[in-house]
Amino acid sequence: MAEFRLPANSRFKKGKHWKSAEGAANVRRFNVYRWNEDDGANPRIDTYDVDMDKCGPMVLDAIIKIKNEIDPTLTFRRSCREGVCGSCAMNIDGTNTLACTKAVSDVKGDVNIFPLPHMDVVKDLVPDMTHFYAQYASIKPWMQTETPVPSGKERLQSRDDRAKLDGLYECILCACCSTSCPSYWWNSDRYLGPAILLQAYRWLIDSRDEATGDRLDDLEDPFRLYRCHTIMNCANTCPKGLNPANAIAEVKKMLVTRQG
Amino acid sequence: MAHKKRPVSPHLQVYKWGLHMALSTFQRLTGLFLGLGTVFIAWWLIAIAMGPDAYQQVQVCMSSWIGRLVLFAFTFSLMLHMCNGIRHLFWDAGIGFDLQVTARANYIVIISAVTLTLLAWVVAYGLV
Repeated sequence: MAEFRLPANSRFKKGKHWKSAEGAANVRRFNVYRWNEDDGANPRIDTYDVDMDKCGPMVLDAIIKIKNEIDPTLTFRRSCREGVCGSCAMNIDGTNTLACTKAVSDVKGDVNIFPLPHMDVVKDLVPDMTHFYAQYASIKPWMQTETPVPSGKERLQSRDDRAKLDGLYECILCACCSTSCPSYWWNSDRYLGPAILLQAYRWLIDSRDEATGDRLDDLEDPFRLYRCHTIMNCANTCPKGLNPANAIAEVKKMLVTRQG
Repeated sequence: MAHKKRPVSPHLQVYKWGLHMALSTFQRLTGLFLGLGTVFIAWWLIAIAMGPDAYQQVQVCMSSWIGRLVLFAFTFSLMLHMCNGIRHLFWDAGIGFDLQVTARANYIVIISAVTLTLLAWVVAYGLV
């Protein structure tokens, strides 16, 4: 059942304000969600003033600067800093995106930074991804075949068949889309969510995969697939410009058309 | 060290609303409202079956300003639910997922719903 309010231990309050050094001309204000298990307190929003004349252009640059120079206790995930690893996915300025590809200048006013929505928080901007990865594993995201591999060859694919994977293979599993989806917020225990369903479709339309029937059987479920109500938050928020809602619609179509 | 239960990160509290999200919410709400509204339709039909006195009673209720307000909301709910429902049929067919198309369709749905509602009321008041 959907619970619209945050539980008592999750409601956040105003935290500390870290003012920038005197004389900084180009200051931007970052409001960042903070929580750690050791405090025993509710989450709080700490405010950091950052001198953008001495900072890189992206939100990730700013939070790395905060961690290095202002408050080393700030915790977040990051790795590639170029939008291919998906580690720094977080809610910035109200929508989910990658901190490394989001320019500070694209945000008007204060830059509000929260962890990916409706996830268990491990610390600060680090959500617990265990369940998300388990759901990914549940769709068997690898090629399943019955026929033997042609001797001395790879399993080949025509150019047209390969083109069907465009717009799908680019997914980096950052979970921006799944955690933007209200349906996933209320039903993530049973609904697979946009990211995992896009991945499922990626294997369904792979001409080399031979488990299409089994895959569709697994998805034909009121919750696993059909909790998608085409709210479209997923496609609007995807930092890679992909369209999970469209992929889900294609899966639904495959289920209808296979009935003949 | 005692393990404190992890908090749930903020969701509705911080997520930025878009028209697409609002229309989806309204699709739910108008559906609910239309469901409740059928009780009034049933009431109206039962009153017709019961005779002129009962029907007169319903007419008085419905033509009061509050009755008209509810009827107007009901009409708008019906039109919005229908227009957005048609868009959902396109989506079910795999059409109209392009973000520019959905953004435009949002406005088409809203403008159509408002127009149809006003048209229905103009006709109902015998103004045409």
